[in-house]
Amino acid sequence: MMDILIAAIFQENLALTSFLGICTFLAVSERFETAVGLGLAITAVQTVTVPVNNLVFNGFLIDGAWGWLGLPEVDLTFLKLIAFIGVIAAIVQVLEMVLDRYAPALYRALGIFLPLITVNCAVLGGSLFMVERQYNFAESVVFGFGSGAGWALAIIAFAAIRERLKYSDIPSGLQGLGSAFLVTGLMSLGFAAFAGINN
Amino acid sequence: MPDGVGRGMFNPTATWRHFLARPNNDRVKVFGVAVLVALFSAVMVSVTSVALKPLQDAHIEAERLARMERMLDTLPGLRDLMEEAGVDALESRLVDLETGTFLASTDLESFSQERAETDPDLSIPIPKAADVAQLGRRASHMPVHFLERNGELLLIVLPISGKGYQSTIRAMLAIEADLLTVAALTITEQGETPGLGTRIEDTAWQNLWAGKQIADDTGTITISVVRGQATGPYEVDGITGATITSNSVGLMLRYWLGDHGFGPFLARLRREGL
Amino acid sequence: MASNLRHITSPLIDNNPITLQILGICSALAVTTSLSTAFVMSAALTIVLCLASGSISLIRKHIPPVIRLIVQIIIIASVVIVIDGFLQAYAFDLSRQLSIFVGLIVTNCLVLGRAEAFAMRNPVWPSILDGLGNGLGYSMILITVGATRELLGAGNLLDYNVLPLASDGGWFEPLDLMQLAPSAFFIIGMLIWAIRTYWTKQIEVPKFSLRIDQVR
Repeated sequence: MMDILIAAIFQENLALTSFLGICTFLAVSERFETAVGLGLAITAVQTVTVPVNNLVFNGFLIDGAWGWLGLPEVDLTFLKLIAFIGVIAAIVQVLEMVLDRYAPALYRALGIFLPLITVNCAVLGGSLFMVERQYNFAESVVFGFGSGAGWALAIIAFAAIRERLKYSDIPSGLQGLGSAFLVTGLMSLGFAAFAGINN
Repeated sequence: MPDGVGRGMFNPTATWRHFLARPNNDRVKVFGVAVLVALFSAVMVSVTSVALKPLQDAHIEAERLARMERMLDTLPGLRDLMEEAGVDALESRLVDLETGTFLASTDLESFSQERAETDPDLSIPIPKAADVAQLGRRASHMPVHFLERNGELLLIVLPISGKGYQSTIRAMLAIEADLLTVAALTITEQGETPGLGTRIEDTAWQNLWAGKQIADDTGTITISVVRGQATGPYEVDGITGATITSNSVGLMLRYWLGDHGFGPFLARLRREGL
Repeated sequence: MASNLRHITSPLIDNNPITLQILGICSALAVTTSLSTAFVMSAALTIVLCLASGSISLIRKHIPPVIRLIVQIIIIASVVIVIDGFLQAYAFDLSRQLSIFVGLIVTNCLVLGRAEAFAMRNPVWPSILDGLGNGLGYSMILITVGATRELLGAGNLLDYNVLPLASDGGWFEPLDLMQLAPSAFFIIGMLIWAIRTYWTKQIEVPKFSLRIDQVR
């Protein structure tokens, strides 16, 4: 289990190794507090959706899942994508309501990127990886938490760097988004160093 | 419109307008819109799929033949052998999988791979225990392609398929004359995860299969895809991050080389030759 | 008419999806290893954007908020599957390259982002134009990055050798970094720099400026 966790955070970091969820990664990392908020939101969403999708996949979609109803031949795996998006959409909707009620400043700061968590390729990718690697429920929980935490780690570190960059003397054309792209490229090259570690 | 017409009769236009006029958070409307959108999308997708299928199939078939030609190009010396034998293409025959014999008729022209796999008269269901490639059904007759010289078999190419992670994988397996060594494996069709599962189509990975042994001395089929590094002539490296996809290829080979696939045919070839 | 033209022209530079709105980036990394895949992806995405934005705008007044996202996604997914079907039937070789990226289009934040931000609150024709404009803006960036990565990473453009490779006796040593995804980040970063050097309106003015303290 530990190696799944470590791998999810470092070797297979969703943002910097698999390049999933980059739009949100770049857009929401200008302010440190917002980045921390989004990081926590994504970790929460991931920790819930990956195990739930595991149950949905194994309980309803795979070949033989409907055997108890006398329909063992039914194979609904082709519905995987839409089913996962459905589950994620529902959970993000709940998250939206929770944030609106208890953290309205964060809710406003996230703006359009909050509903975009639904199709955030990182969240969807986490569930798809879980299916590809055939994790069981316990492993799904660990992987969900790990992959979300890895993405959060990446965006928090990135936001911290961007806040510092604000005070540096770089050409005005590069300020903001331009430097963000360059830094992301460098960070991902840096994270590539973890690939050699054998868990 | 006269008064009597609308009353007591089902008026579709009015019902529709009434439905649209409902507020957007009304339960009936939510359900109705969801159903309508799903229905409309399903119809659009199905209609285009069905209408375009013949065109797509023609392309897929042409592509498969081109792939096989390219695979033949990679096998060293094969083109020379073909020239020696005086042929410019492999000979194709239909095989009855259960008996392992060639079919008398050479009706390969009218043979449709898809129909052969799904038509209940032309295919058989695979018992679950034997269905390692998760195909469900398989055709009773399958084409094989081979190169022979003076009655001696030089190379045989078998079309194989199996269920991958999210699509059906199809491939051509070329086997040497000893019927034990893999000459080459070419993936001809797959729809796996981009960047991960799709790497089974990489030349580098497909090249790993050349020279591998299918079965051990006792004749048990032992060729397989392993996680990580392969050790020995019966194993092929799996692709990191694409475990299910790479394993599926191994299972595909196991099935089609086994008793339920081309096994009887290969056994007959060993006993009697062509 | 002038305002409608604006829908097409503003996303080209002023409101470019990748360099300003920050939408559609993930695909810009994966598909730009060669120019031909960049072309195919650009064309497919532009068509999907127009059709999806148009369709969603058509029914925008009747989409209940609680199923809003799912309805949009179903429409987008259907459009992508239909386009892919047509490609497979009429341009098979192109579709082979695209079928890999079909999944990337369905969850592409650009399509959903424009649907949410524009198509949900504007009439059909402006929505289609907005889709076209954003698609063209996206394509411009993708083609530039794709051309650069293929040229510097393999010496080719559209698989046609342009720079004589050292391995074939020429002078060009391909830059392996271009084959990796981070190179796309660097190229886009430099592109943004170039764009903002001229279109100075887009420059992000820092909220705090350095204050040089006098030594007391």
